[in-house]
Amino acid sequence: MRKTVIILLVCTLAVPGLLFAAGARETEVRNQLEIFSWWTAGGEAEGLDALFDIYSSLYPDVEVINATVAGGAGAQAKAVLATRMQGGNPPDSFQVHAGRGLVDTWVVANMMEPITFIYEEEGWLDAFPQGVIDMVSDEGEIYSVPANIHRSNVLWYNKPIFDQYGLSAPVTIEEFFDVAEELAHAGVTPLALGDVNTWEATHLLESVLLASLGPDAYAGLWDGATPWDGPEAKQALDVFVDILEYVNTDHAALTWDEAAQYVIDGRAAMTVMGDWAHGYFMAMEQEPGADYHWIASPGTEGTFMMLSDTFGLPKGAPHRSNAVNWLKVVGSVDGQDAFNPRKGSIPARTDTDRDKYDIYLQSAMTDFAQDTIVASVAHGAAASEAWATDINDVISMFVSNKNVDSAASSFARAAKDHLSR
Amino acid sequence: MVRSRKEMMKAFALVLPSLLVLLIFVYFFIAWSFRVSLSAWRGLIADYTFVGLRNYISMFSRERFQIDMMNTLSFTVSFLILCVVLGIFLAWLLDKGVRAEGLFRNIYLFPMSISFVVTGVVWRWIFNPTVGINALMQRIGLEHLTWGWYTDPTRIGWFHVALIPVIIAASWQLSGYTMAMFLAGFRSIPVELIEQARIDGASEFFILRKVSLPMLKPITLSALIVLGHFSLKIFDLVFTMTGRGPAFATDVPAIYMFETTFRGNNYGEGAVISMVMLAFVAVVIIPYLVSTFRKE
Repeated sequence: MRKTVIILLVCTLAVPGLLFAAGARETEVRNQLEIFSWWTAGGEAEGLDALFDIYSSLYPDVEVINATVAGGAGAQAKAVLATRMQGGNPPDSFQVHAGRGLVDTWVVANMMEPITFIYEEEGWLDAFPQGVIDMVSDEGEIYSVPANIHRSNVLWYNKPIFDQYGLSAPVTIEEFFDVAEELAHAGVTPLALGDVNTWEATHLLESVLLASLGPDAYAGLWDGATPWDGPEAKQALDVFVDILEYVNTDHAALTWDEAAQYVIDGRAAMTVMGDWAHGYFMAMEQEPGADYHWIASPGTEGTFMMLSDTFGLPKGAPHRSNAVNWLKVVGSVDGQDAFNPRKGSIPARTDTDRDKYDIYLQSAMTDFAQDTIVASVAHGAAASEAWATDINDVISMFVSNKNVDSAASSFARAAKDHLSR
Repeated sequence: MVRSRKEMMKAFALVLPSLLVLLIFVYFFIAWSFRVSLSAWRGLIADYTFVGLRNYISMFSRERFQIDMMNTLSFTVSFLILCVVLGIFLAWLLDKGVRAEGLFRNIYLFPMSISFVVTGVVWRWIFNPTVGINALMQRIGLEHLTWGWYTDPTRIGWFHVALIPVIIAASWQLSGYTMAMFLAGFRSIPVELIEQARIDGASEFFILRKVSLPMLKPITLSALIVLGHFSLKIFDLVFTMTGRGPAFATDVPAIYMFETTFRGNNYGEGAVISMVMLAFVAVVIIPYLVSTFRKE
C-alpha cells in the first residue's frame, strides 16, 4: 500500500518536470530567423514577403519564420508579444511603433539591445533624418530600424463631388466648416468617420489638436508644456465637437476602411485617415487624382504627423546574428524600396529611388523632406501604450457626450498620471 | 460508514494529483492576482512594491469602471429573466408531448454547442444598423422600427439600450440549455400529482402555476447559478459582437481587464478588475455551495 502511495506521489511530482523538459526541447538551436509582426493583409503582407525574399537571397541557409498575429493596429499582436517577452521566449525581431511605443514599453523594461553599432557600420546616421533617429533613440543609444514612414494628418476627398459643387479642398479649419456646410446643404455627408475601435476617433482628434494648437504646442501636450485643460486645448476640443456635427450618424458601427468606402461610394465627401487609406483606395481600383484626392488635414499644412513601423533587437534573441542581418536588410536602400511601394508608405531613408513610388507617395516624400515633423498619438509615437489606452477611454466617452470640460479634465488627469512616472 | 486509516490514505493519494494541480493553477494564482492588485506593477517588468488599496481606489473612481459595473448588473438581470422565462416556456411546450420531441429538443439545445465567438460575429451582422435587421424592416415597410441597435449610446437610467441586442444574442444561445434543465425538472414531477389536479378540474395554466412551478424551485436555483456565473464573467460574446460600444454602452469588466492588462500593460489595475469579478461570482456561488453542503 505504502508503495502505491509513493509511486503516485512520484508520478504527481514528475508531471511538471516532464512539461518543462518538453518545453526546453523546443528551443533547440537551428538556423532560423523568426520575425514577429501584425502584417497579415494585402499590401503589407506583400511588402513583408518582399523583405523576406531579399533576406533569403542573401542568406539562403536561414529558414525564415513569419510569425504574424492578425488584428488592426497590432491590438492582438501586442498582447501576444508581451506574453512571449515576459516568458523569456522573444522572437528574433519584432515590429514596433517608433517613439514612446518602443521606448516606454520595451526600452525602459530593459528588454532591447542597443543597435547603434549597426547604424555606424552601415553609415545610416546620415541616411535617416535626425528627427526619425531621435524617435527610436533613448539616452544616446538607437534601438530600432524604421522600415517605413506613414503620414497621419491627411484629408481624403471625393474629387467628382468637389467638382460637382464647385468646391476646393479646405486648407484651414474655417474653410473646412464652409465646405462642410455647403455639402450638408446639398445632402452629402461631409465627413466619414468609422470609430468602432475608438482609435479612429483619436486619429481625427490628433489632427484637430495639431491644427488648433500648432506643431510646438501640440508637441507640448506630450511633455507637459501644454496643459490639456488649458484654454488652447479646450478650444481644440470645441472644434472637434463642431466637426462631429458633420459626421455620418452610423460612425460607431464602422471601421476606418468602411468609412473610406463611403467616400468612394459618394455617400460622404471626405475622411481624415492615415495614408494607408491610399492603399485601400488603390485596392478598390480608384484613380488617384481623378476619383479621389488628398490634402494635409485642415489647418495642418506644412506639418507632417508621422508614425513609423520599426524593427528592433530583443535581448536574448535566439538567433542574434541572423537578426542583425535582418535589420541590415530592413534599413538598406533595397529593403526600403522593396517594402514601401507595396505597403503604400514612404521610405524612412532620404536616398532611395523616387521613381519606384506612385503619385501620392511622391508627394508625401516631398512633404516629408520639407515639413515640420510631429509624432502621432493614435499610433504609438507620441505617448506610451498605457497613456494612449487612457486617451482612447476618454475619447470613447467624449465622442458621445461631447462634454468638453469633463474630457479636458480627464485628459489632464491622464497626462499627470503618466508624466509623473 | 467507517473507513480504515489505510483506505483513507488510498483515497487521499488518489485525489492528491488533481488537488495539487488545482492548488497551484487555481488557488495559488488567485492569491497571486490579489497580491498583484496591491502592487505598483505597471509596465512589463514585475514590480511588487506594496501600495495598499491605491489601485482599488483609482479603479473605483473611474467612470468606465462604474459604467461596467452597472452594465454587468443590467445585463445579468435581463439575461437571467429572459433565459428562465423562455426555458420554462419551451420545456412546458415540449412536456405536453409534441410529436418529434427529440428533434425539437436538439434544435433548441443546438445553439449552446456553438462557440460564443462564432455567434458573436453572426449577431454583429444581424444587428448591424445599415445592412442587418434594419434593412429587412425597411424592405417590409417598418422604417419606424429601425434604430441604431448596439451603436446607440442612449441610456435609460443606468440601462444602456445598446445592451439589448447583446442580451438577445446571449439568451438565444443559452435558453435552450435552460430548457433542457427545466424539461428534466418537469419530468421529475410525479405524474399522479398532475393527474389528480386534472381530475379536480384545474386548467393547464393553473397546474403550471400552482403545481409545476413550485416543484421546479431547486432547478430554477441551479439554472440561475449556472447562467449567472456565465453572464458575470462574459467576455467572448461581447468582445466579438460589439466590443466596448459607443461611450462604453456594451462594455463589461472582462473587456476592461483585458485592455488594461494586455494593451495598457497596467498589471496592478488589471488585477483589481479580475479580483472584483471574482468577488461578483463568489457572491453568487458561495451561498449556493454552503446551502447544498448543509443539505448533504
